[in-house]
Amino acid sequence: MEFLNNIFVNIAQWIRELLAALGFSPVWVEMGMAVVYLVAILGVCVLVALFYVLWERKLAGYIQRRPGPNRLGPNGWLQTIADAMKLLTKEDVVPQGADRIVHLLAALFIFVPTVLALAVIPFGEGMAALDLNLGIFYLIAVTSLSTIPIFMAGWSSNNKYSLVGSMRAVAQMVSYEIPLVFSLLGVILIAGTMKLQGVVEAQSSVWFIVLQPVAFVIFLICAIAETNRAPFDLPEGESELTAGVYTEYSGMRWALFYLAEYCNMFVMSSVAATMFLGGWHGPLLPGWLWFLLKTFLIMSCFIWFRWTFPRIRVDHLMNFSWKVLVPLSLANVFVTGIGVYIYNNGLGWW
Amino acid sequence: MLTQYATIGILFLGAIAFGSIAMILSRLLQPHRPYSQKMETYECGMVTRGTAWVQFKNSYFLYAMVFLIFDIETIFLYPWAVKFQSLGLFAIIEMFIFLTILIIGFWYAWKEGALEWQ
Repeated sequence: MEFLNNIFVNIAQWIRELLAALGFSPVWVEMGMAVVYLVAILGVCVLVALFYVLWERKLAGYIQRRPGPNRLGPNGWLQTIADAMKLLTKEDVVPQGADRIVHLLAALFIFVPTVLALAVIPFGEGMAALDLNLGIFYLIAVTSLSTIPIFMAGWSSNNKYSLVGSMRAVAQMVSYEIPLVFSLLGVILIAGTMKLQGVVEAQSSVWFIVLQPVAFVIFLICAIAETNRAPFDLPEGESELTAGVYTEYSGMRWALFYLAEYCNMFVMSSVAATMFLGGWHGPLLPGWLWFLLKTFLIMSCFIWFRWTFPRIRVDHLMNFSWKVLVPLSLANVFVTGIGVYIYNNGLGWW
Repeated sequence: MLTQYATIGILFLGAIAFGSIAMILSRLLQPHRPYSQKMETYECGMVTRGTAWVQFKNSYFLYAMVFLIFDIETIFLYPWAVKFQSLGLFAIIEMFIFLTILIIGFWYAWKEGALEWQ
């Protein structure tokens, strides 16, 4: 049990000692570890995408009372691998009118925010690649960067659908970031730290979903909007914008966008699990397994929402963020602040 | 501390390298047969008219402006939230004054119709 719980920490420690034993100076050992973390994070990204793409199709199938992909491998579980092989051998078409350099750079940069965000996520006790003391702040800064590649993609394609899609994507992601940031503020008020490990440790007795239910709901809604998923998938609304931002992307470039979308969903659900659902805390099973189960639960919620809610209108979308979620999350910060103060000091000053 | 940020730098380069390697690998495996119809910008299957690089709806810009104000506010709020429990009553009143000024600004933007979709 103890062995299973610490298995990844021990592997990292073992590699670190190996590098030190090979005679590298401490700085180079750190750099070597960074490469190890990079490989681990990329591995997580690929596995997450392979699993959740299939899980989404399966779950969508069950929701619509059909079996979903079930031909390739046992019960269809090899379908995504076959899809990945197909995408790898597809022709990469760049339209004549496009800005070729920006078009290429957008596909390269789309993956950067995801990898940087995963670096601070604690998958288990001591299992974060970096435990920055600005953890949550860094996370918010990095995840909001994903607006830029999407806008680059939309503008460089020189396609009207892409332009409209990217404009909507930027407006939507920017609008929903405010309530998202404010909803996390309530958690920080209670935890008193921005370290993600510290936030999880503060939840050892009670999960923050109990103390901050409103913030959790706001966070979940904003997370869906930030990742451009239905019912907030206006940037790529198939029925009006073909594929929105991704209209002019094909082959591997499109695959990278797709991969990043699923990994972003995973990042958002792991932040929710860390901040509200107690991270790695849980009985019997190893911590990292608990963490993965909690993210799986939230990911399944995302998929469930996608296949049951209709797409909402663009003015409703903006109004909902600015006129409902922003005031609500501000009120949540107010109430939490007063509540924490009263809890710590009693009503003596009244 | 500095090595932590060096790690972030390595992750940044690694993420770009991952995309580049995937694309180079795909370039080696894929066919390449361009012709003019295929390379045209997609527009419902009709002949493409004009460019998409035009001046576009400015209400997006208004949202961006309001966002900017709120985003800067959060930079102030985060350190406050971390130290909130040890700072006591002064911090809570101070921040409520700050928030009230901001809410007045928000109310003004709302009243002037900056948050209306046109």
